[in-house]
Amino acid sequence: MSLPTFKGGIHPSDSKALTSEKGIEILRPSGEFVYPMSQHIGAPCSPTVKKGDRVLVGQKIGDAEAFVSAPILASVSGKVKDIATRMTISGAIEQCVIVEGDGEFENGTTLVPHDDFRSLAPKECIGIVREAGIVGAGGATFPTHVKLSPPPDKRIRWIIVNGAECEPFLNCDNRLMLEHPEPVIGGLEICMHIFPEASGIIAVERNKPEAIARLEAELSGRGSKASVMPHAVKYPQGAEKMLIYTVTGQEIPPGALPAEVGCLVMNVRTLYHIWQAITNGVPVTERIVSVTGDVIAEPKNIQAPLGTSVRTMIDAAGGFTEDPAKVLAGGPMMGISMRSIDVPIVKGTSGILALSAASARKFTETNCIRCGRCITACPMGLQPSLLDRVVRLREYAEFEASGGMNCIECGCCSYICPARRHITQACRDGKAGVMAARRKSA
Amino acid sequence: MDHLLSVASSPHIRSEMDTRRIMAWVIAALVPAGAAGAFLLGTRSLLVMAVCVISCVASEAIWQKVTRQPVTVSDLSATVTGLLLAYNVPPTIPLWMAACGGVFSMIIVKHFFGGLGQNIVNPALAGRAMMLICWPVAMTTWTMNGISGATVEGTSGATPLAILKGTEAAGALPGIADAFIGNIGGCIGETSALALLIGGGVLLYKEIISWRIPVVYIVTVAVIQALLGRAGGPLLEILTGGLMLGSIFMATDYATSPMTAKGQVIFAFGCGLVTSLIRTFGGYPEGVSYSILIMNLTVPIIDRLTMPRILGEVKSHG
Repeated sequence: MSLPTFKGGIHPSDSKALTSEKGIEILRPSGEFVYPMSQHIGAPCSPTVKKGDRVLVGQKIGDAEAFVSAPILASVSGKVKDIATRMTISGAIEQCVIVEGDGEFENGTTLVPHDDFRSLAPKECIGIVREAGIVGAGGATFPTHVKLSPPPDKRIRWIIVNGAECEPFLNCDNRLMLEHPEPVIGGLEICMHIFPEASGIIAVERNKPEAIARLEAELSGRGSKASVMPHAVKYPQGAEKMLIYTVTGQEIPPGALPAEVGCLVMNVRTLYHIWQAITNGVPVTERIVSVTGDVIAEPKNIQAPLGTSVRTMIDAAGGFTEDPAKVLAGGPMMGISMRSIDVPIVKGTSGILALSAASARKFTETNCIRCGRCITACPMGLQPSLLDRVVRLREYAEFEASGGMNCIECGCCSYICPARRHITQACRDGKAGVMAARRKSA
Repeated sequence: MDHLLSVASSPHIRSEMDTRRIMAWVIAALVPAGAAGAFLLGTRSLLVMAVCVISCVASEAIWQKVTRQPVTVSDLSATVTGLLLAYNVPPTIPLWMAACGGVFSMIIVKHFFGGLGQNIVNPALAGRAMMLICWPVAMTTWTMNGISGATVEGTSGATPLAILKGTEAAGALPGIADAFIGNIGGCIGETSALALLIGGGVLLYKEIISWRIPVVYIVTVAVIQALLGRAGGPLLEILTGGLMLGSIFMATDYATSPMTAKGQVIFAFGCGLVTSLIRTFGGYPEGVSYSILIMNLTVPIIDRLTMPRILGEVKSHG
């Protein structure tokens, strides 16, 4: 029997074996911790502390008035050394609060544990989620309290838990499901408490049989109404639109949010945070990062305080065996290549991937041979070869008319292209070009 | 770590299959048919293949040098065109004519239109069409060795389709088995259906082509010929002439066939229809080359009409 999946997609080598069996290691470094004031989609935060203040673990150090935003919390106890602009993991220069950790990890959260989340009203739950600084941990970093507050006319019928982790190399979600299935399912139950009409479905790629078994055991142990749905191994299975199509057979109209078709998609780590915040009073101050790649001496999954520098993370994984050609934040398909490793990990950092020159080869573009592989691979049903061509001609109106704004930048087209064309990059340029034209005419 | 990190747009990994590797697999898939041609039609076939390949590769290299473009013969696409051209001419063709065909295919059909992927018709087939116009006798003089008499070169070997058409002096139609193995007259690479099917299997297995174009093309010809009821019967129709070679290796040329699955089905059906019409009602005994060339010209409109539906869009935007 073939497992459910979506149309298109690719099968890159998953390279997960480097860290799939490595248990989560806790890292509690000392020294400097850097907290960018924008670790989410939405309004950046403003610092709520000043130079010289002593801060505690879980204490709010940045917040914003805007609804679409999430507070930034200190992950260590220590003294605010500076408030300054620093380079972040995406290469942008942003305002950061810099804390010199004292190594004490003294707790200062204002969250309180709730033994029974069912005694809380949905509004209260969503309020705690905001205060805990929870954002989508899959990488998009959309503030979770916003996701949990869909327009009132939208009935949420499915809560889909994203345990696909379809990016090659990464195992942070896999290890979380294996080692901490109970908070993941607990978080799902909280979401089902907020949306009582919804059914909960945990979608996991078939290549994680142990995680599937652990989740199923945990679900039956709790008598939960949620279920695990194993699905085919294919990239980009974890992309929101692909996952919703796989699980419910529904397509999201262009530009619409999942709530339009009655779905909420939550990453397993996000659910873990929801459970931790509401039941245990623990906010988002740490995350699991797969530190891996062919030039990392001891690839492993490290749970570290946010704000820890990438260099410290790599040192904790034994350092480099040879000079890396590229160091990526995230996986090889959608990860961002870093300019420097002296940048802090943030809420959306799922992996640190260091690649040798051999595995991060540079390719020279050649003529499109019209093989059609990009069209077959595009999970959005676009014609990447056409988009590539019109962007090179700077015909942004044509790019938009051809549906280019639907591109999810998954990278399938560039991956599969035998002519080595940088199609995904062209689509990024195209989207930026259209946005620039819109701003100009607005 | 003191050296600079390289920064680039994702994705950071690429599939192993590049243009050159694809072309190399096509060449590998063409080997059985070439070997069958050399064995069944005489070793002069090998000489013709060499001349076609060399003329194609050399004219591409010289053109790119003269026009100050990067020389891309290492992508092996010119080699594929050369081989396909050789497979589409008789083994007795004078070598200078074969060389002219190669130059025409590369310069006029491929590079005048912008090179790899930009040409609107199949270079090898257009080269063959040019040769057929310029040297009709040399292009339709068939010889064969036959399996039993591999040493006797130059036996007249009227093609089965010519016999069906009545354009050749009376001859007996070959049996199905002979037609399948390739023990019949014809161009270097077209006679052995068996060898071509082996090559097609390789291309399918390596996912270089899809089944759509060959299967739809062949089935269309078989069905139409069964309906028209020519003397040889549908099985002989699909095993003879250039249909196997054309449907597996020529109509599947990426540059000159539609990119979408639906478009490929329409294209292949059109090829089959035109082939059958030419064979039955046209002035030539065989119509595979012209049908593919004609259908090549419809590819832009087919591509436009079969654009994929964007996920979440209600209606096809065509």
